[in-house]
Formats: sequence, C-alpha cells, structure tokens
Amino acid sequence: MPATQSENRTETQSMLRFESVSVRFDEFEALKDVSFDLKQGETRIVMGAAGSGKTVLLKTAIGLDCVSAGKVVLFDQEIQSLRERDLFDVRQRVGVLFQEGALFDSMNVERNVAYPLLTRRDAKGGAKAPKIDMADTHKRIQEALDFVELGNTLKLMPPELSGGMRRRAAIARAVVAKPPLLLYDSPTAGLDPITAHTIMALIIKERDVDNTTALVVTYRYQDGNLVANFRYNPEDGQLVADENAAAKTIFMVLKEGQLVFEGVQEKLESSSDEYVKKFVKRD
Amino acid sequence: MLAGQAIGNIWRRPHYADDILIQMDTIGVGSLPIAVLTGFFSGIVMALQMGRALGQYGQTERTGEVVSIILVRELGPVLTALMIAGRNSSGMASELGSMRVTEQIDAMRALGIDPIQKLVTPRMIATALMLPCLTVIADFVGMFGGYVVGALVYHLRAHQYWTSTWQALEWSDVVQGLLKPFIFSFAVSLVGCYKGLNTTGGTQGVGKATTEAMVTASIWIFILTALITKIFVSST
Repeated sequence: MPATQSENRTETQSMLRFESVSVRFDEFEALKDVSFDLKQGETRIVMGAAGSGKTVLLKTAIGLDCVSAGKVVLFDQEIQSLRERDLFDVRQRVGVLFQEGALFDSMNVERNVAYPLLTRRDAKGGAKAPKIDMADTHKRIQEALDFVELGNTLKLMPPELSGGMRRRAAIARAVVAKPPLLLYDSPTAGLDPITAHTIMALIIKERDVDNTTALVVTYRYQDGNLVANFRYNPEDGQLVADENAAAKTIFMVLKEGQLVFEGVQEKLESSSDEYVKKFVKRD
Repeated sequence: MLAGQAIGNIWRRPHYADDILIQMDTIGVGSLPIAVLTGFFSGIVMALQMGRALGQYGQTERTGEVVSIILVRELGPVLTALMIAGRNSSGMASELGSMRVTEQIDAMRALGIDPIQKLVTPRMIATALMLPCLTVIADFVGMFGGYVVGALVYHLRAHQYWTSTWQALEWSDVVQGLLKPFIFSFAVSLVGCYKGLNTTGGTQGVGKATTEAMVTASIWIFILTALITKIFVSST
C-alpha cells in the first residue's frame, strides 16, 4: 500500500535514541558507548552472544537499568534525568515482552492481559481518574488474546500454560494497550522451531497490523531473517515474502557491550567481521 | 530508603486497598493458629515454672500476676513477632524474590506500576495492623494457658487467678505491649520486602534471601525490644 506524505513524515520520527550510552554494574561495563536511533515504523534486530549486553540495552531503553554515561531519548524525552515516578508515564507507551514472559503468577491470563489497561488508571490518579469502561476493557482483552490465538485461556493461571503459550500471553499483555513501541527480549529463546516461528509470526503480524516500531533482542538469525523478508497477509493469516520489509529492518550486533555492526540484512550478510559472520546463516 | 518510600506511599495515590486486605488475611488470619499456639504454650510453661518458683515462698496465688506481666510486656510481643517473622518475613522475601528473578518486578515497572507502592506498602500496612492484634490474642491465650496450669496443677481458683492477672497490669504495660508489636511490624515487613526485592542469583538466591530475611528480622526484633524496654524502664 503506498504511503501518504504525512505517513512518510511521521516514519522518520525518532522513537528511541541512544547517544553514547554506557551502563556499568560495579566494575563490569555491560554497555560501552552505544549509539543508535530507532525511527518510527522501523524494526531493529539486536543480536549478540550471551552476556553481550542485549537485555541490558533493552532494559536501559525504558530506564529499568540506569545509564552511567550518555543519553537515552525515548519519545523525545531524556529518560535518564526522569525520576522513577515520572518514568512510569513514559513506560506506559511501551510494550515489553520479557525473556520468560514475566506473567504475574498470582493472576490468571485475563487479569495479566488486563493489567496494562487497569493500572493505567491507577497511575493517573486512582479515583480521580476517569472510570474504566469494563465492557471495552473485556473486549480489548479478548481481542488481544484472539490476536495471539489464546482466546479460550482467559481463566487459566500462568503455570498451567506451556512455554510457548506463556510467551504468547505475554505478547498479548504487551500489545493490549496498543503501544507505539514494542521491545521484545529473546522472544524465541528456549522454544522449539515451530513455536518459535509462531511467535515471530505474531511479532510480524503486530508490526504490520498496528504499524508498530520494535526492538527485537535475539541470538537467532532466523528471527531477524523472518522480520526482514516477510509480511503478514491478513487475507489468509499467513506470512508471505515481502521485499520491502528489509529496508525497514535494521540489524545490530553487540559484542561485549559494544555495538560492532549496524545495518540492513544485505550489509550484515556481506560483513567480513568474523564475530558478525558467526550470527549470519541462511535457513 | 525503602522504609521512607513505603511510608511516603501511604499518603500517595493510587492506594491498593484490595492488596492490603489480601495481605491482612494472609498475615493476620493465616498466622492466627501459630500465634495462638505460641501464646498458649508460653503461658503454660511460664505458669509451670513461676508457680513452682513462687511456691517456694508461699506465693503460688501470684502466678497469674507474673504470667500476665511477662506476657504483656515482653514474651507476647517478642514471641509473636518472631513467629510472624518466621512465617511472613521469609514468605515476603521468597514471594518478592521469585518475582524478582522471573522479571515480574521489572515487568511491573515496565507497565508503569511502582513495585514499592504495589507490593511493599500494602504488606507494611497489613503487618502494622495485624501484628498488634495477633499479639493481643496471643497474650490472652497465654494468660488462659497460665490459668489452665494454675487450676489443674496449683489448684488456683478462677477468680483468684484472673483478679491477680488483671490487677497486675498497668496502663504502661498495655502501651508497651501494643507499641512493641507495632514497631516490630516494620522490621518484619520491610526486612522481608527488602531482601526479596534485592534477590539475585536465581532460585538459589531466593532461598538465601528467605533465610536472611528471617534471621535479620529476628535480630531486629531483639534489638528493638531491648531499646523499647530500656526506654520504658527508664521512664517509670
């Protein structure tokens, strides 16, 4: 579908920008002088070996980990200068999928998915905030769970779900409030290839249906390959090859906290760097 | 810092009333059997020991007096708080610790919710409300345990026992007996939550945090009771 002029203009807006960001935990420097700019409509695939700083980068993006040097600009706000309380408002515009899903064990799937919608009111002043339309909330919860094909699991508790189902329920929680930016931390880690493909298909579906911007942390090249070469086809619900997806998919490779590669898939595959080459392989 | 934030949140919106009620049920109602048992058996043991000791001076009828003073001033608050520390401080550490290592705390922050306001403040309020109540119950049950021993072993009459028990207590004893559990409650809840929120090292770390919470809270209870007793002894 051809983009309008206004769409083209908004697609160049910066959603998340790292400017020479370093993150230090005591003596260990987890991120070293990392800079990048995630534009609206873009998907960035962050790859790297275990302990290379991928998860730290993702958590730093929303202020869960503190920067020791540099600037993180999220939705045009420098978040390192915000107090934790002020960060809550900014974070509510970001959907996050944590590595193991991080569903709340004490709540069933319905309440987990409802959480971002219900707590939005709490954060905006409790009883003084506008009343929640419960019918609309239930509708959105059902839509989010239908989106991840878990529409009949509302009353199940997280321990009753399989690993893949937990990950899908967590995606539903991440997208239910329709945030413009989504962060996925190793969405396919520890999953079998079929379930991993299902999860990636959902991420692509979310990107194409809601036109969201995303940062996907993964160590699997196949995940990035899918994002860069396929789009969601709403007619049959399947993924179809799309040569335009590659231009909006930027790969980043981290090595020991440093960003050693940034570019599109073609550039990644032609890289002569030995470390980068280890992550590139065709299915 | 955690204590300051948790206390500051009492006046700050949003208030999680349902979480406070759930915690009151867990800490208060859930701990009732152990508090009752602790009070009852400490009352029995104290009456047995004191009855024998006082018998040597022909003062067995004063057993209730000694039991009530020791229970209300010291043993009731301390033993109940230790039991609650063992049950709830460690429980809070393990629950919050598990949430920490499974990234549920991070998820909460990412969803725009303050974990201290959502998790710590309700536990602190619930413990501060329930521990004094449990202590009062434990004190009464302990006195009843003392009466059982007094009646069966030392053949004291009910009127004799309860009159001496009641008359022995002064207002300062009651104030001390209620102030101590109230202050202990902050040690119990905040130590448990602090250890839980700072858990590292996966499931092994959760176990470590649980043990540390119980030990640290218990040490705080002993330190605090010594300080409070010193203040009351000096002022009377």
